[in-house]
Amino acid sequence: MQGFPLPSSLKVVPGTERAQAAYPYYMQFGPGDDERFWFYNSMHFPEPMCAFDSVTGEAAYCALGAANTRVHCLPTTKGIDQRIINGRVYIGGVGVTDPEEVRERTEEFMQRAFYYYENWETLYAKWKDKMRALIADAQQLPKLDLPKYDPIANVRAGRGIASNHDLLDTYQKTLEGYFRMWHHHFEFLLLGYGAYMTFFAFCKKAFPEISDQTIARMVAGMEAEIFKPDEELRRLAHCAVQLGVEAPFQDGASVDDVLASLRDMGPQGHKWLAELETSRHPWFNVNVGDGFYHYHRSWNDDLSLPFSALPNYIRQIQGGQNLERPVAQLIEERNQLAADYRELLDTDADRAAFDQMLGLAHRVFPYVEGHKFYCEHWYTNLFFNKIREFGALLTAHGVFSREDDVFHLTHYELKSAIIDLMQSWSAGSPPRGVAHWPALIAERRTAIVAWAANDTPPALGPVPAIIDDPAIVMLWGITRESLDAWLTAESGEPSNELKGFAASRGVVEGTARVVKSVDEISRLREGDILVCQVTNPTWSPIFSKIAAAVSDIGGSMSHAAIVAREYGLPAVVGTGTATRRIRDGQRIRVDGGRGIVTLLD
Amino acid sequence: MASSDLIGWFTDIGLVDRPTVGGKGGSLGELERAGITVPPGFVVRTAAFESFIDTLEQDAPLRARVESLRADDLEEITKLSAMLRARVEAADLPQALREALRAAHAALCADDPQGPVAVRSSATTEDAEDASFAGLQDTYLWVKGAAAVERQLRACWASLYSVPSMAYRRKQGLPEAGVAMAVVVQKMVDARTAGVMFTRSPTTGDRSVIVIEGAWGLGSAVVSGEVTPDRFVVGKITGEITVRELRDKHVQHVPLPEGGTAEVETPAELRNEPCLSDGELMQLRAVARRIERHYGRPQDIEWAIDRQQQVLILQSRPETVWSVKEAAPVAAPKDNPLQHVMAVFGGKR
Repeated sequence: MQGFPLPSSLKVVPGTERAQAAYPYYMQFGPGDDERFWFYNSMHFPEPMCAFDSVTGEAAYCALGAANTRVHCLPTTKGIDQRIINGRVYIGGVGVTDPEEVRERTEEFMQRAFYYYENWETLYAKWKDKMRALIADAQQLPKLDLPKYDPIANVRAGRGIASNHDLLDTYQKTLEGYFRMWHHHFEFLLLGYGAYMTFFAFCKKAFPEISDQTIARMVAGMEAEIFKPDEELRRLAHCAVQLGVEAPFQDGASVDDVLASLRDMGPQGHKWLAELETSRHPWFNVNVGDGFYHYHRSWNDDLSLPFSALPNYIRQIQGGQNLERPVAQLIEERNQLAADYRELLDTDADRAAFDQMLGLAHRVFPYVEGHKFYCEHWYTNLFFNKIREFGALLTAHGVFSREDDVFHLTHYELKSAIIDLMQSWSAGSPPRGVAHWPALIAERRTAIVAWAANDTPPALGPVPAIIDDPAIVMLWGITRESLDAWLTAESGEPSNELKGFAASRGVVEGTARVVKSVDEISRLREGDILVCQVTNPTWSPIFSKIAAAVSDIGGSMSHAAIVAREYGLPAVVGTGTATRRIRDGQRIRVDGGRGIVTLLD
Repeated sequence: MASSDLIGWFTDIGLVDRPTVGGKGGSLGELERAGITVPPGFVVRTAAFESFIDTLEQDAPLRARVESLRADDLEEITKLSAMLRARVEAADLPQALREALRAAHAALCADDPQGPVAVRSSATTEDAEDASFAGLQDTYLWVKGAAAVERQLRACWASLYSVPSMAYRRKQGLPEAGVAMAVVVQKMVDARTAGVMFTRSPTTGDRSVIVIEGAWGLGSAVVSGEVTPDRFVVGKITGEITVRELRDKHVQHVPLPEGGTAEVETPAELRNEPCLSDGELMQLRAVARRIERHYGRPQDIEWAIDRQQQVLILQSRPETVWSVKEAAPVAAPKDNPLQHVMAVFGGKR
């Protein structure tokens, strides 16, 4: 049978064995895994996972699987298993093949999922309340502090619990909140994608040559939270021009210098700073990645990214451009597009079915587009920042040499380091971790570098005859066809073309910038073509600079695709191998309408 | 200039006039009246043909000779065809018709009496669209001067007496009294690029795309299949260009100074260049949509772009391959719209 390398043939990079062993036993490949198909989840985890960051896979798959397997009961699939090797997350679906079980699950599904669809708006309103409450809880977690003596106020209040216990309490609440957040994340997601896919499949059948992005444009919501951060940035650019304080916003100026200049500019400058604060909370709680890595800091944590976009926006406004998103017009265009396609259908029955499916897709879409801001961005920022606080505290007590050492411990290990610190504070003796962690952390830092330089196959194990897992098709855009394309690429057949999903139309030629991590974003120059493992919507300011985007993985519904369309930027996603096949600096042509990238030299 | 019972200007005629102006003439008039830019022209109506044949009948019987043929007597048909074609091509036009034709031609070519025109037969019967009647689709390009127009008009008429044409009529038992032909006289487009387009994908039947094929020079090279055209697929609604297949367009049809056309080699630097710009593709798309809307059904269209970059439509016919198939619904509406999601969640097994 045709297939990818077996898991057992994949070797841990020499010298990183101990770093590999740090991941929990249930994430290690083992007996039986060779019989299954796995694929590298480079869409969500394009870079090697630090030991702590792998908690995201645990929390997310716990929730995704629970929703699919036990809550909504998807008839033909259960959850997702994950394994980590060389820092790379491989995942595999668990299908349901017994017809009797499918029948039973279908009955369950129709009671459960249909209840959600029928009450979508009410449940989604409830969802937002739950998310805001969860965010408020996380915001209210106490600041970490191990004072020399317990506060006298606690004594007088008869609290009876000393400060070291708060560490454990806060850590457990932080971790618990993160796992809980992921349940909220998946409460609606598959059902939302499923309703969209239903409409998508109908359109493909009725109009065999319709492009994926045209279907997406018929459904797209226009006021989703994901557009807000960038909208706020444009608003701030506009404010700067109106208030006459645009002078400090120069390319390359440091954030501190810009802020200091504004403070010195009197009332107008202060007005702009006040506007900045309005925008920041909550809209700058958006991070420069998908939120799955601790180093994807939010705009609030690092203003340099949003500020780097301001000079360009200000110039555009001064040049007379209107940067506001014409929402009413966009909605009008979307509705006209759908009406035009509807008119082309041959029968009244088709038009009635089209209306039903489009209607459902429109209802579910606000969640599909909107949830990420609350989950992957806002909450995740709070989560990683709280963990960072633990890193700072452990650094202050000599356990770590820098605060982000904390991310090289698994969440189990971190709990042990915290308990060690609690004991040390209570005993009045130094934490044992001082002698234990630094060497391990150094080893793991080296391993991450080695793993990042190590190519990993896009998939492992035998290729299934059909991919009948709606979750995998919807979330990862993986189909039998895309696997065949990967296999061809793996076999090393020479070709100067890469095929992927046509995510956003347009044809552009330019210089490729292969950006393997978010730290490299600054290498992008005006007119470059971004080549990355996963394009990310919150790199929005970058999108105003680049000419096109190409990614290794992602479907036409990935947020990358949505934002590329919004920016009118050609994009090809899900090529499988772009970051490996395209050289940095190489001239390439991106045809976003056909999903083809051509290597020109 | 006013139309008459012999001459019908495009601006005055439409599809309803098909019995007297033929399918091609009616379609061009219909397009013109719908505001589509077609090269200006007129139709020599069927009455003109009838008066011409009546004149010939006065010298010697013609219709009766044809009707006396046996459908399977190919030898006799061939003999009679040669004789009748010679008669038609040699005879003078009746005086009234000759004057009407000269006047119409003078009006059409007011700027240049030697201005090139196309003379195209325009058959009146539905059967004429049948491939077996292909002899009736004669088209003479780049015809210069009134005398040449008269000559080609008779040549078009004469094609009714070609061997396959007469054999077909005999086989079908069609009465000769009902045989008539209209002829289109239309200003020639000095096409830089020309071709065909389909408002429904010929390969997938998709109604949301327009497939455009074109090559350098006159459209006859594309229609006759002597050159492999560039092929573009354009979203009817989105304008998205999803396919661009550029081909080696090694030859093109060009007009000759003395009249008529010739096939010549395409200059090397143009052979593999796209024959249409994106802007022109969008113009063609816009025209195609208007024509399809006007007729209310998918169309196959012949088009040309002249040296002044003007888009002109030469012909539009209803699409017949996909439209005759029974359109099976893509999906039936459901009592409970939610049932649709089972197509995704229910599994393929």
